[in-house]
Amino acid sequence: MIDALLIPTIKILIVLNATLVAVSYMVLLERKVIAWAQSRLGPMRVGPYGILQPIADALKLMIKEDITPVRADKWVFTAAPIITMVPALIVYAVIPFGPEVSLFGRQVTLYITDINVGLLYIVSVASIGVYGLILAGYASNSKYPLLASLRASAQLISYEVAVTLTLVSVIMVAGSLSMVSIVRAQESQQVWFAFIQPVAFVIFFIGGLAETNRAPFDLPEAEQELTGGFHTEYSGMRFALFFLAEYANIIVVSSVATTLFLGGWLRPFPSWEWLSFLDIIPSWMWFLLKSFAFLYVFVWVRATFPRYRYDQLMRLGWKVLIPLAILNLVVTGIVKVLVGAS
Amino acid sequence: MFDTNELVINMGPQHPSTHGVLRVVLRLDGEKVVDADVVIGYLHRGIEKLSENRSWTQIILLTDRMDYVAAATNNVGYCETVEKLMSLEVPRRARYVRTILCELQRIASHCLWVGTHAMDIGAMTVFLYAFRERELILDLFEEFCGARLTYNSMRIGGLPLDIPPGWDKKVLEFCTIMSSKIDEYEELLTHNRIWLERTKGVGIIAGPEALALGLSGPPLRGSGVARDVRKDEPYAAYDEMAFDVPLGTAGDTYDRYLVRMEEFRQSLRIIRQATEGIPEGPIVGKVPRLIKPPAGETYHAIESPKGELGYFIVSDGKSTNPYRFRVRPPSFCNLQGLRRLVKGHLVADVVALIGSLDVVLGEVDR
Repeated sequence: MIDALLIPTIKILIVLNATLVAVSYMVLLERKVIAWAQSRLGPMRVGPYGILQPIADALKLMIKEDITPVRADKWVFTAAPIITMVPALIVYAVIPFGPEVSLFGRQVTLYITDINVGLLYIVSVASIGVYGLILAGYASNSKYPLLASLRASAQLISYEVAVTLTLVSVIMVAGSLSMVSIVRAQESQQVWFAFIQPVAFVIFFIGGLAETNRAPFDLPEAEQELTGGFHTEYSGMRFALFFLAEYANIIVVSSVATTLFLGGWLRPFPSWEWLSFLDIIPSWMWFLLKSFAFLYVFVWVRATFPRYRYDQLMRLGWKVLIPLAILNLVVTGIVKVLVGAS
Repeated sequence: MFDTNELVINMGPQHPSTHGVLRVVLRLDGEKVVDADVVIGYLHRGIEKLSENRSWTQIILLTDRMDYVAAATNNVGYCETVEKLMSLEVPRRARYVRTILCELQRIASHCLWVGTHAMDIGAMTVFLYAFRERELILDLFEEFCGARLTYNSMRIGGLPLDIPPGWDKKVLEFCTIMSSKIDEYEELLTHNRIWLERTKGVGIIAGPEALALGLSGPPLRGSGVARDVRKDEPYAAYDEMAFDVPLGTAGDTYDRYLVRMEEFRQSLRIIRQATEGIPEGPIVGKVPRLIKPPAGETYHAIESPKGELGYFIVSDGKSTNPYRFRVRPPSFCNLQGLRRLVKGHLVADVVALIGSLDVVLGEVDR
């Protein structure tokens, strides 16, 4: 009873809350890092060094007036942020933050569940999120959001193909779809998959940027072009939901990249004995550190690059990334067969 | 079975990247611009008509409000026009200081341009870097005349004040700082692949066509036409300065960008020469107490950061205000090119092209 119900419930609560806090602090991290890149200070007013800024932001968004435009499609308009938010959160169910640890004399796994099609689950659930953007643009009954939602859907479809193809090549190396088994495979093969699948790693990262609508691929919300994109007509908490979802998705992409390519919770070079002093840092901490490195790069990229144009983005997706991903997949297959044969 | 419609979309007057209150009515086919209609007039204050009821000295501070990011240049243009009308001799020292101020102003204006242009294309960091350096220029202006934006920094026949002691050293210091900062902007943009893709081949306009449209300044020079008022009809102390006029070849957004980036460097070169060679002497020429130019009309143009800024002034010789006052603002004339430039491009290019023309709405509407 306690194992079947209570522990998963506690884990879900912890992960959900931690995610929401992480998401709001991701916003602060972004603002701070970009500020430092631009030789500014960033938020400094709320709390020491602006550390309470996310709380102030959340409060402000909650007490803000929630406007539904008169000519909007009311139900779809309401449903759209929820459709975006929910998938972004439930993806966390399969992300392994660490292996089994003993806690209060009980063996506890540091993930909510480990289903045998974990990666497939992530891909399919994450792709539901885009419907929220499309519906938001459509339901707003406004021109800028409409253009933005068209961009969003085109972008997601083209980049999902490339990203999924890179996942397939990782699956071929790992021999499993389960997130935990993929980490275990990196442990047993004694190498992070980023080193044996560098092309896949790069494509996954670029595709991840595009899928989460991040700079330089932030076309659906290009403020300078579309005045805010699909969320132009949204205000208050509904607007916040879109943003929470966006940042939650960034964290998901970072976590998945960490799990697939950077050995998840493993310490660097798990086979090197002389590095074993690194074991002092607990496994989940390694996972968080690696994910944090990814998040940092996400923010860094945003501070550095201009934005791609819509047609250039499509060209990059279909003419560069997808052929590369397919080629990578084929080469992976050939090498695997050759290695298996010898 | 399916019916397609053109989407008419209203960009502005409240829009993050129309640089003020410009309104562009776009007719779109998907994201492709079929036609664009530029609507102006939201910032019209009637400066030209107003000037006909102000005394000659009062107009100087009205000219501040036209191109408000390059106010000193406007002052210089106006004062020189009146001086031409009155055949006044301006002391050499004043002409040198005018040159320094004009070029500082060009750098300040180009800082604002590179920041907002890059921001429109999505590179947000350049914006803050450029504003950081613009602040240094504003500090220099503040020290010179007390104001930071609308300077009222010229008088007919010379300058209101001599430069403060030590100011020239600070200007030279600024030149040293700035020349390394220009490299910093270029590092972020010039060879950036995304920047190249976003600006190369976008909004190509050939030299003759640019001339026909009445473009001037960097948009014209980006198309390879060697026209710079500073070289062709030197004013202030430009005839004593050595500098190059950068020219583009393709006439696209990238060339206009490169031209302005090189203008940064050339401006620094002029500032260095002028500051080091600043002559001693009076700062105001022999100006009558009551300014009342003789009857007649004149047109005088200078090279403002945006292009050719011309003043056409008619004096009736009797009253203490101009009979007719008309400005040829570079932004207004350059904006003529927008409709021609955006046709066939995408929505994202529209903002890039507005940025590449570098218009200031205060000057367009006056």
